[in-house]
Amino acid sequence: MTDSQTATPQGASDAVIDVRDVHYAIDGRPIFSGLDIVARRGLITAVMGPSGTGKTTLLRLITGQIDADSGLVSVFGRDVGTLRRPQLYAMRQRMGMLFQNGALLTDIDVFENVAFPVREHTDLPEPLIRKLVLTKLEAVGLRGAAHLMPGELSGGMARRVALARAIVMDPEVLIYDEPFVGLDPISLGVILRLVKQMNDALKITSVVVSHDVQEISSIADYSYLLSEGRVVASGTPAELARSDSPTVRQFMTGGAEGPVRFHYPAADYAAELMESPR
Amino acid sequence: MSAASKAGVTELLRKTGLTGLFFVRLLGACIPALARPKLIIAQIYNAGARSLIIIMLSGLFTGMVLGLQGYDLLNRFGATEALGTAAAMALLKELGPVLTALLFAGRAGTALTSEIGLMRATDQLTAMEVMAVDPMRYVAAPRFLGGLIAVPLLTAVFNLIGLYGAQLIGVQLLGVDHGTFWSQTQSAVALKDVTEGIVKSIVFGAVVSLIAVNEGYHAEPTAEGVGLATTRTVVASSVMTLLLDYILTAAFM
Repeated sequence: MTDSQTATPQGASDAVIDVRDVHYAIDGRPIFSGLDIVARRGLITAVMGPSGTGKTTLLRLITGQIDADSGLVSVFGRDVGTLRRPQLYAMRQRMGMLFQNGALLTDIDVFENVAFPVREHTDLPEPLIRKLVLTKLEAVGLRGAAHLMPGELSGGMARRVALARAIVMDPEVLIYDEPFVGLDPISLGVILRLVKQMNDALKITSVVVSHDVQEISSIADYSYLLSEGRVVASGTPAELARSDSPTVRQFMTGGAEGPVRFHYPAADYAAELMESPR
Repeated sequence: MSAASKAGVTELLRKTGLTGLFFVRLLGACIPALARPKLIIAQIYNAGARSLIIIMLSGLFTGMVLGLQGYDLLNRFGATEALGTAAAMALLKELGPVLTALLFAGRAGTALTSEIGLMRATDQLTAMEVMAVDPMRYVAAPRFLGGLIAVPLLTAVFNLIGLYGAQLIGVQLLGVDHGTFWSQTQSAVALKDVTEGIVKSIVFGAVVSLIAVNEGYHAEPTAEGVGLATTRTVVASSVMTLLLDYILTAAFM
């Protein structure tokens, strides 16, 4: 592990997602300034970083929801920024994404949510769709909840349904946006195991964006640590755990003091307390 | 013109232009959406059938008021037998399409805006995009078409019940001759009058549905943003309905 971007396995022939020297700003505020990330075929790639480092923005770049200001975002060997809508949709059909809040369609039940992509993209007969959906729901342990509406599900259940929906089309790439946030220990353990199982059993290339260091480190094959718009460290979880870089150490141990600022920039604390109210 | 006025006009033009562009995209999405009648029928039910009670009640009371006011006015000229004609003309050409559109905006338009806005706020539209499903086709177009079809049908119901309300008051309560009421109505109302009402209801249905869907689709994904978008739907729909009513009335003269 090196503490620089040169450590990333750029240009690897088995790279499914290749983000190279990407710059992106919102309203003039830079989110990424020279970001390099590679997700290799069949591996779980973790993207970690403090809140507000643009992890979700990275996923939006990869799925073609937004375009980079400069640099290359390549998925399945094609520059996402140059794809026209039909090509972009064809690319997305090879991907699955798990949203932070599940993003289930609230006007249809669990079964129909999982069946949704199948109905939209195929002409499979109803009995086959039923089998397919029940198989995926069984995989996430929610076959018995097929008739429930999304509003009747707990957060963890909703995320498992969303996971079933994400894998129903047998994608080559699965993208997870903060899959462990706000889950109770049991749901967290189940989701964690599912992420690993999906990867092992289906040989899916996985990209997991998370700031839950311990959880993600237990399943990731390769990790990137983002801070202030670029990769500050990368390597296997074991390599990151051994790192003596102050930034990596602060993030891995959850320290408030260190190179990564915890406090939002503000005036002098004592001076502000002594000020008379406006 | 002050700087603030200029900025206001620029913003108005910008929003009008964006709505126009959205309308073009929406029309493009309507063609494939027509192949999914189930989605459209579900929206006709949501926006139309669920508005029936309010439309029927409003139509009845409007007709009853027309019966009272019309009788009072016509009685001064000794022409109470023309009550049916007056009520039918008022309902078919003006009150039916306009009031239905305003009620539809308040009942179904706001529901459309807040539903789509919440879908945006809860990432449902983004999830569709990522699943390679165009939300314009799956969400926006069926709702627009549902509104477009529902408003003329609701207008017809409003007119029918309204006329019955006028008859109830004029004939049953105030003693206008039953046969005269209906025969005068039948002979005075021309196809042109009915057409005017139908054209208005279609235009109002399109405009109110477009505004509702557009506001929801572009609502800021926050509780406050969805609330503001819902308010804008009612205000813009009402103003546009009344403005277009004037223009269409003038065009049919």
